[in-house]
Order: sequence, then C-alpha cells, then structure tokens
Amino acid sequence: FPGRCVRALRRCPRLDPGALGVRPTARRWASSDAPKITTHYSIHPRDQDPRWEGTEMERFADQADVVVVGAGPAGLSAAIRLKQLALAEEREVRVCVVEKASQIGAHTLSGACLEPSALNELLPDWKERGAPLHTPVTEDIFSILTEKHRIPVPMLPGLPMNNHGNYIVRLGNLVRWLGEQAEELGVELYPGYAAAEVLFHEDGSVKGIATNDVGIAKDGSPKDTFERGMELHAQVTLFGEGCHGHLAKQLYRHFNLRQNCEPQTYAIGLKEVWVVRPEKWRPGRVEHSVGWPLNRNTYGGSFLYHLNEGEPLVALGFVVGLDYSNPYLSPFREFQRWKHHPFVAPTLEGGERIGYGARALNEGGVQSIPELTFPGGILIGCSPGFMNVPKIKGTHTAMKSGMLAAEAVFPRLAVLEEDSAPSAGLHVPEYAESLKASWVWKELHAVRNIRPSFHNYLGLYGGMVYTGIFYWILRGKEPWTLKHCGLDSDQLKPAKECTPIEYPRPDGKLSFDLLSSVALSGTNHEGDQPAHLTLRDDSVPVERNLAIYDGPEQRFCPAGVYEYVPTDDGAGMRLQINAQNCVHCKTCDIKDPSQNINWVVPEGSGGPAYNGM
Amino acid sequence: MSGRVLVGVKRVIDYAVKIRVKPDHSGVVTEGVKHSMNPFCEIAVEEAVKMKEKKLIKEVVAVSCGPQQVQETIRTALAMGADRGIHVEVSAKEYESLGPLQVSKILAALAKKEEAQLIILGKQAIDGDCNQTGQMTAALLDWPQGTFASEVTLEAGHVKVVREIDGGLETIKINTPAVLTADLRLNTPRYATLPNIMKAKKKKIANVKPADLGVELASKLQVLRVDEPPQREAGVKVESVDDLVGKLKEAGRI
Repeated sequence: FPGRCVRALRRCPRLDPGALGVRPTARRWASSDAPKITTHYSIHPRDQDPRWEGTEMERFADQADVVVVGAGPAGLSAAIRLKQLALAEEREVRVCVVEKASQIGAHTLSGACLEPSALNELLPDWKERGAPLHTPVTEDIFSILTEKHRIPVPMLPGLPMNNHGNYIVRLGNLVRWLGEQAEELGVELYPGYAAAEVLFHEDGSVKGIATNDVGIAKDGSPKDTFERGMELHAQVTLFGEGCHGHLAKQLYRHFNLRQNCEPQTYAIGLKEVWVVRPEKWRPGRVEHSVGWPLNRNTYGGSFLYHLNEGEPLVALGFVVGLDYSNPYLSPFREFQRWKHHPFVAPTLEGGERIGYGARALNEGGVQSIPELTFPGGILIGCSPGFMNVPKIKGTHTAMKSGMLAAEAVFPRLAVLEEDSAPSAGLHVPEYAESLKASWVWKELHAVRNIRPSFHNYLGLYGGMVYTGIFYWILRGKEPWTLKHCGLDSDQLKPAKECTPIEYPRPDGKLSFDLLSSVALSGTNHEGDQPAHLTLRDDSVPVERNLAIYDGPEQRFCPAGVYEYVPTDDGAGMRLQINAQNCVHCKTCDIKDPSQNINWVVPEGSGGPAYNGM
Repeated sequence: MSGRVLVGVKRVIDYAVKIRVKPDHSGVVTEGVKHSMNPFCEIAVEEAVKMKEKKLIKEVVAVSCGPQQVQETIRTALAMGADRGIHVEVSAKEYESLGPLQVSKILAALAKKEEAQLIILGKQAIDGDCNQTGQMTAALLDWPQGTFASEVTLEAGHVKVVREIDGGLETIKINTPAVLTADLRLNTPRYATLPNIMKAKKKKIANVKPADLGVELASKLQVLRVDEPPQREAGVKVESVDDLVGKLKEAGRI
C-alpha cells in the first residue's frame, strides 16, 4: 500500500551544486590546459572523426527470441526458466545470453549467504545435480566492535540477520554451475562478449543489443584488427547487468524509468578469500560485525564466513555505504585495518590470502526500484535492485526476479517465421505486476525502513534501535516509509571541512597494499584500447574533484585506477587513469561527486578473473 | 602438396592470473581458474589463417591434446579461421603428466595421417615454458624446422623463415614439409568475434585417442614437488665501500 512518505529523522546534508561551481553538463570549449584523457567514442563520436572515414561500420545481425544481458544469478535463472517452459510446451525458443566476463562466474563477487528459496523453486533437484551448496550455516555471530573490544549481539530468530536454513556459498561457483545447467537446456551462452549498445526499432522500442567493437587503439583510432561488434535482435531483451549496469543507466534516462522512485543508494563491498590454519577453521560459522573501524555515522560492517569445501577456506569482507561524507575515507583501507581487530586477527594469523575483489551493491530497497519494464525490455536482478539490505542478501530475490521475468515473457513470445523479424519490441508489464505480488516484494517491503533509519543523530545505534522495535516486533508493518538522503554522489563534504584519516601501514601479513591486492583479482584488459572509464569533461577532475574534494576517487576505487600525478612540467596535477586495473565494481560511476565519470564496457573478456568469489 | 597446415593450440592458465600452488605441492591449482589459448598458439593460428587467405594453402586444421575443456580452445581457433579441429582425448589424470615428448609424438602421427605440408606451433607454452615441442616434432618426422619465426614466406616447395636469435635476425630457407614455431613479432592475432564463434559451432571437431595414433602416453618423468619461488628478502643498505666489502666477506662471497 502507498504509505505516507516521511522525511528521515534528521535532515541529510545536501550540497547545492550551484554553490560550488557549475556542474558540467556539456563539454567545455577548448580547455587547452586540460590534457586530453578520454578517447572513447561514446564521448568523441566516430562519425565526426576523420580517422574513421572509410571504415566499414556495418554489423552482422542475428535474431533470437530472447536476449539476456549478463550471465549472473538473475540472467541465468531467467534463461533456465524460459527453456524449462519451452520444454514443457514443446516449443523452440532461442535464448542467447551475453556476458562480458571471459568465463561464467569470473565477474561474480558476493559474500555469500544464500537463502535457497529461489533455487528450490527453479531447480528443486539441485542437490542431485551437484549444485555447489556445501556449507549449511551452523553458527550465527553478530558483534558491535569497538577499537579493542567486542559487544556480542544475540541473533534471535526473526532478526533479519538470522541465517538459519541458509548456505554459505562461493557465488562464482554457483553461477558457473547455473551456466552449466543453462547450457544443458540449450541456452546459448556467450562469455567474453559484452553488450555495449542498446538497439532500437523505429517506434522507439528496444530491438536488442550490439556487442562491443574490438581493435580500437588507445587514442581512439581503428587498428588493423578492428572489427565491429555483432547485433543480437530479440522479441524482448532482459537486462541483468548487476548493480549499476551501464546500459541500465542509459535506459533510465531514455525511458524516464526513475521518475517515480527515489535515487538508488549503494555500498561498496570488498572481499578476500583466505586459507586459514586448520585449528582456526569453524566450517558453517557466519560472523557479522558493525562499528569499528567506522564511526557511527558511516553505514557499513563486515562479514566473515567459514566455508566447508575441503580446504580450510574463509571468505571475509567489508561493506561501506557510499553515502559517506568524508572524502578522505578509503573503504579499502578500512577493510585492511578491520582485519587487525583482536576478534578478527586470530582467525587469519598464519593464513594465506588467495583472492581479492570488490563490487558495488544496492542499498535502496523498495523505495529505489524504478519502472521495471519498457517497450522491448525488462530489468532483472541487482540492476533495478532487489537486495534485502539488513539481511545483506540479494541473490535469492535476483534469481526470483529472473524467473518471474521468464514466466511473464514466455506466453507473449510469438513464433517467428523464417526470415521474418518483429518490427517492435514486446512490452511486458505483467512482469512488474507478478513481482509486486510475489514474496520478493513482501520481503523488501518489510525491511524498507531499516536502512533509512540510520540517517539520524545516533546513526548506527539509532538504526539498531529502530530495527529492534519496528522490524523485530512489528515486522515492518509500520504505515510510514522513510526516505533516503538523495544521491550518494551528493553526500561528500568538501575536503577542507573534513579531517584526513590516519590509516595504519599494511603489515604484509594480515593487511596489504592496494596493488598487490589488485594483482590477486587477476584483472587485466587489452592495454591498447580507449580507457573505459570515460570523463564527460576532461578538465573536471583537477578543477573540481581534486580542488574541492582532494580527489576522492584515489581512495574509493578498490583497484587503484585513479591517480593524481604531477604534470610533466611539475606545475600542477593531472588525473591518470589506469584502466587496466579496473575490477568493474562501478563505485566510481556512483560516487564521483561531479558525476563526470561514465563507466562503459571495455572489450569483452577484460576485467577480473575471480575464481569462486 | 596437400596444402594442409596443422596448427597446435594449447589451453593454458591466463597470463594475468596469479598462480597458486596446490596444498599438496603436486602442481598448481587449475580448478575454476581462468584459462585461455596460449598467446604463441594464437600467433600460430593467425599465421596459418593468413596463409589460407592469401591462397597459399588450402586448409587449416587446429589440434589440441587434453581433457574435455580443450574443445573451447579449438573452437576459438575455428572462430579465428581454422577449417576443422582435432581433439586428442587425454584424461585429466594423464594430462597432469603430459609433456612435450608425448605431444610431439601425437603431432608427428597426425601430420603423417593428415598429410600435412606444414606444422605451425607456438614457440613455447606459457605454463611449461619448455620450448621443446616444435623441435621434437621436427626430429621425429625428420623434417626441417624454422623456430622463433618472426617472418614466414611460403614459396613453392620451401619456406623462407626469419628467426629471432640472440645475435639478431637469421634468415633461413628450408624445404617443406616443415615445422615452424611462432615468436611474438610474427603477427598480431585477430579477435575471435561473436559471429565467427557462432559459425565455429558448425565446424567439425573430430575426437581421436592417442592409442589410435599408436602413441604411448606414459611419461618417464615424474614431478616430485612444486613450490613457489622463495620470497625475495629485503636488502641491506651499507654506508661505505668498506662496509660493502666487509659484508661480502662475511657472506663468503669474496
């Protein structure tokens, strides 16, 4: 039901962009002091570029029934469900899934504690099929940390963080397994090919997608190996790009899908996988903490899960809400120093770190869900964002959204004759209706006020009190819906109003420096291609981000992509973008206070090489 | 001449991935790790496809030895322009001890069976770094070899190969049939684009067992132990030359 929207209990800091200088909307004229950084064709169109004259730009096109962008839990669940329905009705339905990672699961990163509800619905015999759910949760521990101590919080049944009945999984492995199930059912999976462009019919509906071009040099000119991407046309396209997808960003603007919802709010999650000493290993144990090292007004916390897959493996990580206000905050360094806490360090001592990665995640809940359907397309999974924030679980809802999309789309698919192609994309609003009637919506509605309740003077403690009263006792039935504070990118205070944070140096045993961490993610990209972290205006980083906020991108990027270095003449600074390091977390696109960074997809196969993250 | 070129392709751990030694020190962890075609094999495939495009040869056959997963690597070669593939089935267990000698025997047998005019391989694989397979294959067939090729010119009955050697570049002329191994600067491999991957699904990959080729896979080599290289120790700064000499004497170096 609608509910009355109530301002959060304290006014959230709001920065008036006008007061701090003109927010760049169009590129400035001949700022000749600003070195040219961005060469990507999305900023410098090729039809006006003389180096591209005479280059063949036609694309090969193919027709499918459904195209799915993104082989994550949502996309693969949708593909599997479509094929199950087709099999049941003895129909042929061509489902193509494109995925930017070189192999299925290589870009997947999550805690993760999986609630098997959606999996039980999708593939009830998952155990016989060998799904990698090997670790039932046996112990659930929640703590509030102070600098030296720990306050235990009882995990009473009914609290959102209670994990009884759930499994600790390595989500990348589960996604890989889902990919195998999909292939067995005849889904065409194309890892290594990124969806780079949305295609439209003449009537403005979505026609499909085009994959990335290859063979463009770093300066934006065509190389000998240049080849156009391919067009995949579909009756309807499912967009499952995960949190803050780049095509979804365009679709929100194009179809005005966010006019009736709040802006999405996010957090960054950093994760490591460790092999610990056998005597420290407690398979099935789930640990969460809040508090130190974050102050009470910065949302975030940690997780530490003991896997039970043979080796004494532990998956651990740290989440920081991206509505933080101190530009000197470095989520990566908070994570590294948290590991030294007396309650955490003993588990890791003597162990070996074998994996590292990071990804943004949604925190907006039901208030931030946009319009989910538009002519020719549907949004599924973490892209529109169905994460249950206090539970920190979004996989089960993402999978369910994919399944519901398949169930809504399937009866609407026409049988295409040879050589005939639809002239308009399908609009399937039944999907949104079925989602609103499902357990996904019920669940998200019940927890809708927990995250916004942190925006009060008492911060974390106010939020916990709110959760204790309204969620645990009233199950979210209170008639009001709290609002978020606006865009995460608007929350940073100017650097001169904030205190730099003294982070301890990494000791090389428990905590590590950024670059050796990035190396563990296995990330790499073809070096000779335009940087995919594109800037709308190349002069903004130094003139605004550095000048006002001391270059926060140097600190919030978990991969060391952004560096402010002195210019060759030593007179000033310039932004250096180390695009090859990017782990595709999307934090920069979210948190840039100037909203000048636009993350677009690089050549397919580039990015992290996560193994069971 | 048959106009057929055999290209060997190997599926290796991707070069950007950090390797981890297995807890039992028997090898490195490969489960779930990102793999791709050996970069030198990509160059070999590209050279063969270029020859076909110039109409110097008629058919490119891509070969790989290993378990089921190597079919992905053969598909990539097919998407780059190879005409058909041969998957020499080796079980995962046997694959652990598969080395250059066995692969050379397999390639030699296939070359005879397919009446190949040329065998093009990468100069070495980035996992083993053996740099032996090309040379051994040529020896088993008693064919000439043009290794570390940075330029190849195919003419009637022979091949001119420019080789990268320590002293610079050496140009040799060898008769065909011959074995060539590709070095880094031979060419820039093309991308395997999606339409070609889709077309490659229709190209044939034949399955062959080593026994069918009369090859024994048993290796006379046994890996005793695999360890990471020792961590580099921090150095020591000295204040003067005398200090340096003193330290070197202490360490027994002078």
